Amino acid sequence: MGNHTAIPGPQLTGPRPLREESLREELLREESLREHHGAPMAKPTLAVWKLASCDGCQLTLLDCEDELLALAGAVEIAHFTEASSDHVGGPYDVSLVEGSVTTERDARRIAEIREVSRVLVSIGACATSGGIQALRNFADVAEFTSVVYARPEFISTLGTSTPVADHVSVDFELRGCPIDRRQLLELLTALLAGRKPQIPAHSVCYECKLRGTPCVMVARGTPCLGPVTQAGCGAICPSFARGCYGCFGPVANPNLASLIPELRRLGMPQAAVDRVFATFNAASPAFARARTEARAGTP
Amino acid sequence: MTHRNDRVLAVAELARVEGEGAMYIRASGDVVEEVRLDIYEPPRFFEAFLRGRGYAEPPDITARICGICPVAYQMSACAAIEDACGVTVYGTLADLRRLLYCGEWIESHALHIYLLHAPDFLGYASGIEMAADRRDIVERGLALKKAGNSIMEAVGGRAIHPVNVRIGGFYRVPTRAELAALAGPLRRALDDALATVRWVAGFEFPDHACGADMLALSLPGTYAIERGAVATLSGMRFGAAEFDEHVVEEHVPHSTALHAHLAGGGRYLTGPLARYSLNSSWLSPLARAAARDAGLGPACDNPFRSIIVRAVEVVYAVEEALRIIDGYQPPGRPAVEVRPRAGVGHGVTEAPRGTLYHRYQIGADGIITDARIVPPTSQNQAAIETDLHAFVQARMDLDDAELTRRCEQAIRNYDPCISCSTHFLNLTVDRS
Ligand code: SF4
Repeated sequence: MGNHTAIPGPQLTGPRPLREESLREELLREESLREHHGAPMAKPTLAVWKLASCDGCQLTLLDCEDELLALAGAVEIAHFTEASSDHVGGPYDVSLVEGSVTTERDARRIAEIREVSRVLVSIGACATSGGIQALRNFADVAEFTSVVYARPEFISTLGTSTPVADHVSVDFELRGCPIDRRQLLELLTALLAGRKPQIPAHSVCYECKLRGTPCVMVARGTPCLGPVTQAGCGAICPSFARGCYGCFGPVANPNLASLIPELRRLGMPQAAVDRVFATFNAASPAFARARTEARAGTP
Repeated sequence: MTHRNDRVLAVAELARVEGEGAMYIRASGDVVEEVRLDIYEPPRFFEAFLRGRGYAEPPDITARICGICPVAYQMSACAAIEDACGVTVYGTLADLRRLLYCGEWIESHALHIYLLHAPDFLGYASGIEMAADRRDIVERGLALKKAGNSIMEAVGGRAIHPVNVRIGGFYRVPTRAELAALAGPLRRALDDALATVRWVAGFEFPDHACGADMLALSLPGTYAIERGAVATLSGMRFGAAEFDEHVVEEHVPHSTALHAHLAGGGRYLTGPLARYSLNSSWLSPLARAAARDAGLGPACDNPFRSIIVRAVEVVYAVEEALRIIDGYQPPGRPAVEVRPRAGVGHGVTEAPRGTLYHRYQIGADGIITDARIVPPTSQNQAAIETDLHAFVQARMDLDDAELTRRCEQAIRNYDPCISCSTHFLNLTVDRS
């Protein structure tokens, strides 16, 4: 596997991995500051919004089973997903926004949500890159509509699925399809404590090394997007003998020129390379470029 | 539709349905003329962009239709593709799939029972608000939910959009030790599940019957989850390949979810009530006893009591999970080989919310040329509207605010899923 050295190796520097126990402790401290001591501090308000999405990212909040009640003690969950679409309310200290903008109505809503949010965080691949529904950006939406719906005239939708940041300014982004529970807790706890969230920007390779998972490309010859994909999930796929498939989207400055020939060498046909970049982060510029490069290569 | 004398009620959202939509009631005097459930979920076009994808991709792609029941999408997708390719997955690999699915049932049902549905019966605005008074109870629900998630993490790699599912089986099967670690928490979860049945059985249930036919998978000898034939209470029985012939989808103007009904025109319900009514005799003895003690007969058509049925299903799913874990010997290979061949395949499994059908047409090169997906919510929507019609008719004397509250609860009975369906609830009552 001499070629493998062409792929940028992980750099074993950067923040420590997120530990759920210490996050929970910090969260409990924040809760007790607000709940139990003398004159309680005002609780910040949290709102959760949904645009076009699968709800998996907001479910991640409810999946923090061990921390949910402490969190509910530390913040006022003022709006969770389902407010009337027209009545936004607020203002809110923190808004988490899941989903991408695919309708005129959601384009208006996201502007309203921005207005009433002090800190706006887009959560998940839909919100940060347009999600899998952004495959429409590369296709004919009228045709898509007629494939799915018998009466296309009943459907009103935009021709593109776009990330939140294309419409309003965003204060933080959490990547992933879905987002990682520890990263969500880290972000919320950091916002509560007034510190900077530790959301690393390195590649999945770094997380494999931290976990001690042997490289699946080297050890098994399994094609893997880890070298060009942003960390955050904890490198789950390689620990299940599977190559990373890019849920967290491109790392900054991904070395696609090295990875694509390696994927081909490991047996992926050109069309499969094209498709592997055309999933949950298909519309992120680096993955869209990867597809162009894959198609430019020899079949 | 002319909206005469519309009154938009103050309740602008239904936070525990996790979706967004509206309900419209038109009444003339005391007679309800129309009840309509509007669905605004922005379309995401999965069936369109599945065309041109590889035959191995639907489990990962269709999982993203619904973050609440991704395993259901993965299992129906695998079943359909394997059907097209002439492969059956059986033995330990099939057991592991059932185990993964049990994890999703436990997680999804615990979420619905404790955080979404029970607060209705007890007069709380949310599960979190309920926790202020009954922290012990909500903690029990969260522990149960976590037990389900830990199964999905051990078998699937993560709880939302598991990474380990592939056509033919898995990328890597869990070690004995990985599964054995689940047994302790699951034994505690079994106690919690039984306590849950007793707890919800004490709620007050209005007298109400959903008149619709019911449809669920059925497989004599077991409480069907990931395989079986499709059966209805009215006596139909057919294989997955005939689903298309018997279930017709219609596109109604007020919805981005299609409405399904039986080819003869019948509205039907799928989900816990349907499964229980068709298959309760195949539950485990413990789950059957829990159901009986909770006052359930062999069938149940009161949607309000669906919370008990879900709790009974959690008991069953925890026991099933323990049974599979206790007998687990890792198989020699993580997946059977599935080679593409030209053809059409059908897959039906039981998502927590009901029957989920997938059909794929693939070419000899393994490229998908057509896909059809019928989620539970589009099947249930027509029956829910009919049910609400009768429900509202019997309560026209209530003022709008109280009527809205009751309707929300009636809709939550069906656990309409966040994304394969609806967002709630602006109720408009047009009393002319
Ligand atoms: S990013 Fe993925 S998990 Fe999150 S809402 Fe979108 S489809 Fe669901």
